[in-house]
Amino acid sequence: MRLRLVRKHTTVDFFKSWKIWIGISAVLVVLSIVSTLTMGLNFGIDFKGGTTIRAESSTAVDIADYRAALEPLGLGDISIAEVFDPSFRDDQYVAQIRIQAQEGQESIASDIVLRVEAALQGVAPGISFPSVESVGPKVSGELIQSAALAVVIAITVVLIYIWLRFEWQFAIGAVGALVHDIILTIGVFSALQIKFDLAIIAALLTIVGYSLNDTVVVFDRVRENLRRYKKKDLTEVLNLSINETLSRTVMTSVTTLLALVSLFILGGDVIRGFVFAMIWGVLVGTYSSVFVASSTLLRLGVKRDWSKPSNTDGNQFANIDA
Amino acid sequence: MLQIEGWKRVLIWATCVIGLIFALPNGFYSKVETYNDSKVAGLDAMGWPSFLPSGLVNLGLDLRGGAHLLGEIKLAEVYTTRIEAFWPEVRNVLREERATIGAIRQQDGGEGELRVRIGNSDAMDSAMEAVRSLARPVTSLTGGLTDNIVVSAIGDQLIVMLSEAEKLATDDRTMAQSLEIIRRRVDEAGTREPTIQRQGIDRILIQVPGLGSAQELKDLIGTPALLTFQTVVGQTGNPNGSAGIGNELVQSAENQSLYYILERNPVVTGEELTDAQPAFDQNGRPAVNFRFSTTGARKFGQYTTDHIGEPFAIVLDNQVISAPVIQSAITGGSGIITGNFDVVESTRLSTLLRAGSLPASLEFLEERTVGPELGQDSIDAGKIACIIGFAAVLIFMAMSYGTFGIFANIALIINIGLIFGLLSMIGATLTLPGIAGIVLTIGMAVDANVLIFERIREELKTAKGPARAIELGYEKALSAIIDANITTFLTASILFVMGAGPVKGFAITLGLGIITSVFTAIFVTRIMVVIWFEWRKPKTLEV
Repeated sequence: MRLRLVRKHTTVDFFKSWKIWIGISAVLVVLSIVSTLTMGLNFGIDFKGGTTIRAESSTAVDIADYRAALEPLGLGDISIAEVFDPSFRDDQYVAQIRIQAQEGQESIASDIVLRVEAALQGVAPGISFPSVESVGPKVSGELIQSAALAVVIAITVVLIYIWLRFEWQFAIGAVGALVHDIILTIGVFSALQIKFDLAIIAALLTIVGYSLNDTVVVFDRVRENLRRYKKKDLTEVLNLSINETLSRTVMTSVTTLLALVSLFILGGDVIRGFVFAMIWGVLVGTYSSVFVASSTLLRLGVKRDWSKPSNTDGNQFANIDA
Repeated sequence: MLQIEGWKRVLIWATCVIGLIFALPNGFYSKVETYNDSKVAGLDAMGWPSFLPSGLVNLGLDLRGGAHLLGEIKLAEVYTTRIEAFWPEVRNVLREERATIGAIRQQDGGEGELRVRIGNSDAMDSAMEAVRSLARPVTSLTGGLTDNIVVSAIGDQLIVMLSEAEKLATDDRTMAQSLEIIRRRVDEAGTREPTIQRQGIDRILIQVPGLGSAQELKDLIGTPALLTFQTVVGQTGNPNGSAGIGNELVQSAENQSLYYILERNPVVTGEELTDAQPAFDQNGRPAVNFRFSTTGARKFGQYTTDHIGEPFAIVLDNQVISAPVIQSAITGGSGIITGNFDVVESTRLSTLLRAGSLPASLEFLEERTVGPELGQDSIDAGKIACIIGFAAVLIFMAMSYGTFGIFANIALIINIGLIFGLLSMIGATLTLPGIAGIVLTIGMAVDANVLIFERIREELKTAKGPARAIELGYEKALSAIIDANITTFLTASILFVMGAGPVKGFAITLGLGIITSVFTAIFVTRIMVVIWFEWRKPKTLEV
């Protein structure tokens, strides 16, 4: 007996209520943009500059005590948050302390770190500092620039690649889905105020890759079916293609999610935000490749005459055999 | 029909075996690490068979613990020093023209400028001409030759600056020198496998694994340690007092309100030291013993002979650490620096003096320290997460595709082995996001197989017999597999090029994972399916 997540033969009409789906997507995109503009992103020190200190002690963290100890140092804006993780020992209490970038200096001066550490040792004897990170405003400015550039380049390269391999309508559809995914991911980071740092950019680009992977598989089938059913109307061809690839779409999403969820739960708190972004991206990416990318394709219409094989022919790799 | 030629089979299996052999050392990490260490040390290496590869995946600082520093060298500081060194020559040529240009006087210039006021501003052209004659050719950016100095004039002031080509050449020298000095300092501290590399125009990246705190490293690297012995002209309590031309005002390290007026031109500098060791003075206070080179000893001997009874200042990084009175001529070439040190400071100072001074000051832009325990925690958590995630995917695949699922699982295990093999072969660094990349690859690696298996299922519906269905499945799924993976690979490449540090690590594992997963899906599972098919010759097929 085989485990089947999707029935053998499905005939779901994905475009019957396409207006609803596009509507939902549009609302989510708008909400994301509004949230990002009003609440902003909780930028980590990678992008904002400043210092984070991870403090570990064997006694419970009292944020008020910590704050009281650090207040006299006059370091400006300080945020203290306790970190929880199932992998911690019973007597392991971890706090993350963030100090704003200091006036007139790039990376934080050694003596400030020493003073912070001494002050905390006063309230929690035996406290240790397993990680100290400090990024100056100069580098953080450059990091944010190169991160934004990376995302833009990735999208452009993908646009060109799909355009070359398919048709421009496919490229627009795929990139529309990508932009949708990225905006929604940034939106959820803003709404939940999860720390947005360099690793999240890596996650964003992975989402780009993943979402694209899904979209390309559907599009590949669309191209094939367009050749096979020359008379069928585009909605029918798209529906057929999505239905045919549905089982694969679900299978791959589930295996990827299985691996990611395990990393989310067990992988420790250091990369939890990163993994969260990817889980969200897999969910949104799967949804968008079906609804956003294909709906866009349907609106744009495509070239119907695929009879003449061109150099962008989909089977150019088909003669590779093992 | 379903066939794979013999040589292809051999090639596929050989690739797998070679990859796995390269991955093998990582299974015995600490053992192989000890083996490699003793080999590097030239000792008799034991504990690992020498015929096996011993390359390991490097663990990034976030996993092993260590300190990461990004520093910026203030290159412009060197321009000022360089241009000021021109003053004696400029003075000499201008003095020869005294008849036409009148009296000359050095002015306080901006950074990187040498300003000279001349008495007769009408003769500025001939003054400029005279100074230009000092220019020496340097290779410019375009490959041609240009002057190393630029001479201009404002009113009665003549301004000499380094030319752009000369600045570039100076920058390169400064960076090379700084890298060398930093390397020596880090080596003096005796840490293991430090990475010290130039980044961009004026930056230096320093990574030292296994170091618990960046503070110590920062203190060691960030101090210019510019030591000079200078003539004392006088003392003052006024920080804004005028020192006079050719002199400078330097604060005392011990007494913040005391300023020394010193002759700017040093008698001897730290560059002429050959050795420095931490020591104690006759009162038992920490101090630093030093020894001059032959030329340094001669200069210092001559100076002390001529100036008995006068004070001279020992200046470190623009602070007078002491200003002793010369009791007798010091001709032995060695001496002692006393000051307000503790033992740690005197040890550090002697280390710095031995390694030499930085040509310009260094500012830290970024600093990250991860303790070894936190790194170990991350490895442990990552390991468990990988194993659980891996097991979940294996079970899920077997339940969904039966025998074919088992094939995909074997391919997946080989795939992970190949990733580690490749990582070890190219000596890549595994970071925490890199582990996430591997986990993601586990999830996505099955994608190619899923595409093929789903396609085989579809082809079976049209009932052309199992062999044909399998063949068509592989053939038709290929374009989707290639397109989907090329796009992901493109994004991984962009991440690799644009990303910094840990993100790069993620891009590497993701990119390699894509290559190995495509290989295992279209070659390894296929060969298994073919062998199984030849053996069982099934009439019907359930995928």
